[in-house]
Parts: sequence; C-alpha cells; structure tokens
Amino acid sequence: MGMTMTQKILAAHAGLSSVSAGQLIEADLDLVLGNDITSPVAIHEMDKMKVDGVFDKDKIALVLDHFVPNKDIKSAQHCKCVREFACKHGITNYFDVGEMGIEHALLPEKGLTVAGDVIIGADSHTCTYGALGAFSTGVGSTDMAAGMATGKAWFKVPAAIKFVLTGKPAKWVSGKDIILHIIGMIGVDGALYKSMEFVGDGIAYLSMDDRFTIANMAIEAGGKNGIFPVDDRAKQYMEEHSRRPYTVYEADEDAEYDAVYTIDLSTLKPTVAFPHLPENTKTIDEVGDIKIDQVVIGSCTNGRMEDLRVAASILKGKKVAKGVRVIVIPATQKIYLDAMEEGLLKTFIEAGAIVSTPTCGPCLGGYMGILAEHERCVSTTNRNFVGRMGHVDSEIYLASPAVAAASAITGKLSGPDEV
Amino acid sequence: MAARATQYGKGETDMKAAKGHVFKYGDNVDTDVIIPARYLNSSDPKELAVHCMEDIDADFVKKVKAGDIIVANKNFGCGSSREHAPLAIKAAGVSCVIAETFARIFYRNAINIGLPIIECPEAAKAIEPGDEVEVDFDTGVITDVTKQTTYQGQAFPPFMQKIIDCGGLVNYINQK
Repeated sequence: MGMTMTQKILAAHAGLSSVSAGQLIEADLDLVLGNDITSPVAIHEMDKMKVDGVFDKDKIALVLDHFVPNKDIKSAQHCKCVREFACKHGITNYFDVGEMGIEHALLPEKGLTVAGDVIIGADSHTCTYGALGAFSTGVGSTDMAAGMATGKAWFKVPAAIKFVLTGKPAKWVSGKDIILHIIGMIGVDGALYKSMEFVGDGIAYLSMDDRFTIANMAIEAGGKNGIFPVDDRAKQYMEEHSRRPYTVYEADEDAEYDAVYTIDLSTLKPTVAFPHLPENTKTIDEVGDIKIDQVVIGSCTNGRMEDLRVAASILKGKKVAKGVRVIVIPATQKIYLDAMEEGLLKTFIEAGAIVSTPTCGPCLGGYMGILAEHERCVSTTNRNFVGRMGHVDSEIYLASPAVAAASAITGKLSGPDEV
Repeated sequence: MAARATQYGKGETDMKAAKGHVFKYGDNVDTDVIIPARYLNSSDPKELAVHCMEDIDADFVKKVKAGDIIVANKNFGCGSSREHAPLAIKAAGVSCVIAETFARIFYRNAINIGLPIIECPEAAKAIEPGDEVEVDFDTGVITDVTKQTTYQGQAFPPFMQKIIDCGGLVNYINQK
C-alpha cells in the first residue's frame, strides 16, 4: 500500500522504509518551537529531565510573541525565564523584541522551515509550515521539553483526507475564504487526528501567503497537519528565504485516504465564520446586517504582506466608520518595514486605523484590542470561541483581510464589492 | 489489553480509580473556555485552577470537589496547545475526563502531565450532570453508580501505556 505525503516524511524521519496509519513511531526532529506562553512550562519540565542540555542549539526556535512587549509583570517574568534559558543554552534562533515576529510568519521568513522537515511547536498553529511541504504539528509544553532534550518525538502516524482544489478563485476569494469554506464543510473535528493533504491544479493560483493561511487553520478542523505539494512557487520561496537544503516528498499514486473532497475554487465566495465556532460559516451574501465595533487585521493566519496589501488597497483614500476601532498588526518586523516602505502603514493611519508592532495580542484576548460586553469584532484571526478576544459576551466574526477592511469602512460586516 | 487512564501524578499518590460527581458539558469544549488566555500570564497550576472552566461554567470552581469527574461530548479540548488547560483541570481536583473524543493536542498533553482521560462515546452520551460515577483505571470500566449502568472505555495503545506506566513523558525519558 502506498503512503501519503505526510506518511513519507514521517517514515524518513523514523528511519523506516514505510509506515501506515495508526502506527506509533519515534521521529527525528528538524525544529522544536516555543513561545513566551508555552516555553516557560517546557523549561520547567526540562529541568526535571536527566539531560545535560538541549539536543541541538541550532534546531530550537524560541519566539517571544504572545504578550510582548510585556503586557504586565507576570508576562515579563515569563519572557525573562525564556531569555535566560536561551542565553544559558546558546539558542541560535531566539527572537526577542526588536527581532521577533509572530512565530508562524517569522520562521518561514527566516528560512528555518523547509520542505521535508519534521517540526513540532508548542503552539497549535505550528501546522502552518505544511504550506512549504513540511510535516509540522502543534504539541504541548512537555512534548516541547522532550523535543528540546532529545531531538525526538513520538507520533501516531495519521490517516489522511485529500482535498482536490480545482479552478481559479474569484478576485476577492483568498486562502482564508478557502479554509473557512472547508472547515464549514467538514466541521471543527472533521479532520480529527488526520492530515489534510491539499492537491489539484487550483493550487497553482494560490500565493504562498494563501497557502500559509490554509495550512495554518488545519488545526481548526481538528487536523494533525495540513500539507501542500512542493511546486515551483514553493521552491522559489524557499530558495529566496533559506540556505537549508529541502527534500521534496510526493504522495504515492496508491496512497489511501479516508475521504476525498473536490472543491472548485471558482465557485467560492468570500466566507465568514460566525460566533462561536470556525465551522459556523456563511458566504458574504448571506451575512445580513451585523453592526461591528472593532476590526483586527493581523495574526499568524493573516498578518503577512499580501494580507496588508489587500487591506490597504480597499482602505486607500477611505475612512473607517465612526465608532469602529481598526487595529492592524504586521506579523513580523520585516513585514512592518516593507509595509512602511510601500506606504501601506500611511494608508492605514490616514484611514483612521492604528498600527501595532508584531504581537499575537488580541487574537487570543491577551491585550491590544480586548472586547467589552456585547461588542463585535471582524477579525482576520483563526478562532472565534466564547470569550476568545475578551468578554464572555463578545462576538468574533472570522474573515479575510478584504472583508475585514471593507467592514471597517461600512461599520458592518461587508464584502469588498460593497465599498 | 485492559484500558487504563493515566494513573500517575506529579508527586501525589498513585490512583487506581476515580470516583466523584459529574460536571457535564457538550461538544467542542475549547481550551479558551477551559482556561482563558487572560490568565496565561501564570503557569502555576494552583492559580490556573481558580479560573478553570470560567467562561463556560462560572460556578464550576465554586462547586467542584476533589475527585469529581468531567464528562463531555465530541472534540473536548479543541483549540490552543496550552498545557495550562489539562493542568488547570487537574489542579482543580478533577480525577478523570470522559469524552466521546478528545482534540489531539489535548489528548497528548493529558497523557504527558498525568490527567486521567478516557474516550467512551456511550458513557459520554448517557451520563448526566450530578451522577455519581466510578472509573476503574485497570479495566477501563466506567460505572454510573446513580443509574446503575456500566460502560467499557477505549484502550490506550501499548506505547502510550508505557509512557503512562512510567509516570508521564518526563519519567519515561529519564528511564530510557
């Protein structure tokens, strides 16, 4: 029996000629990632292990991105803990304020994630790097600690669901709309414990930023990972960003899939997930009259250059609606600088938005845009759970940067064709 | 193989069984409601426990007693990878979580930190709030004492059982 793309990567990292779904393996890790929330717990667990140090100081990435610049004293203590650990062990890829970005935008940009890698991260959106043809998945802090100490992790080899993407998406349909459509179709546990393998001629129309967004939200369908084939566009991205060699794996012709879905991208419309689950999707023509209080454009899902360009193209020369707070967060320092040089930040500020330094901040209700009771936010982030962005009686509508920017102008949930 | 939930702890006495009253929740209980991110500036289990389940059940912390059991439907623990979620539940005194299915990161984390969990769709559907329930970790048998019914929980694969038997991932690695 053939193997899926994910299974081939896992087999190679476990030193096995083949693996099958359900098999338990131990795999070598190419990168272990943690942030300022999860790393302190991992560091504490690693202290209990009988190990001299980390397995490889070049294969660990520590990114302070959730609550920085420190939002309070406790957060500052956590960051200090990570900073001291990074210094003590000489961690090469340690990113503090000034160099940091939102981890899942930062690591590909820095060339630390490439095709064929096995990557674990103590952050659920670690699945983002599947866009480059890597196997990457989120774990908890204890797994991160074991990974830092041993360079290995155990995995149950996942079964897979194949998504055949065909056709060319319409103008305002982005990676965000595609993944929201998929989650709406299969549900928030539709891919539980499984890989989501994306194939088909429609992928040629998707930018790398679109693919990062799609792979990023595989976890919102319960997926273990999301993964794309390595085409010329992915190779070009890696060659521009990384000096590391990459390995291209392809699924066997006779690989088995638990399910196969074919999606004609040309039929999709801008899509919004209503409170309080990412599966509660409606297309933009079905949303009705939803008045909003806040817009967030940013996050590991949609804080990349192309996201900012689309939002700026809609906001240019316009003003945000009175009574709406618009928060734009470039995901990395490089994106921030590029957006500044392109004049995008000027466009946002002139429209009445604010621009923050990179942070996960509002996405998880940390700071930098917390919602009050009964307030509504259109957000390009990834989760709209109860209380995720603030008060337990606030609401989050997940959408693309285009929908978020259009909504900022009208003050209600709106498509880009309405402005 | 007999099903067993995680029966080790970080310093406390090994448990062979859980017994307590049930707090019942529905589908897709996410880690944001288990422990909201506004409290993630702490990683102290005792501090986290004070806010456990706050955004889905504000009374949970006031009512929960040591040994009580959480029962939920599909996809328990979905969302973020925060290990703070199983840590908060464990530190709140919960002796076992029974669900139809668990989200995969939560499942791994629970094994790794020693929060007993069992997948059992039949039990998850039938058990009601307030029922007195017993879980035998050696056999995986779940007994609803109130209703006088029993259910067979899902077995762990042998590899995971080895991690559990070692007392969690840290001890497993130390013993290797």
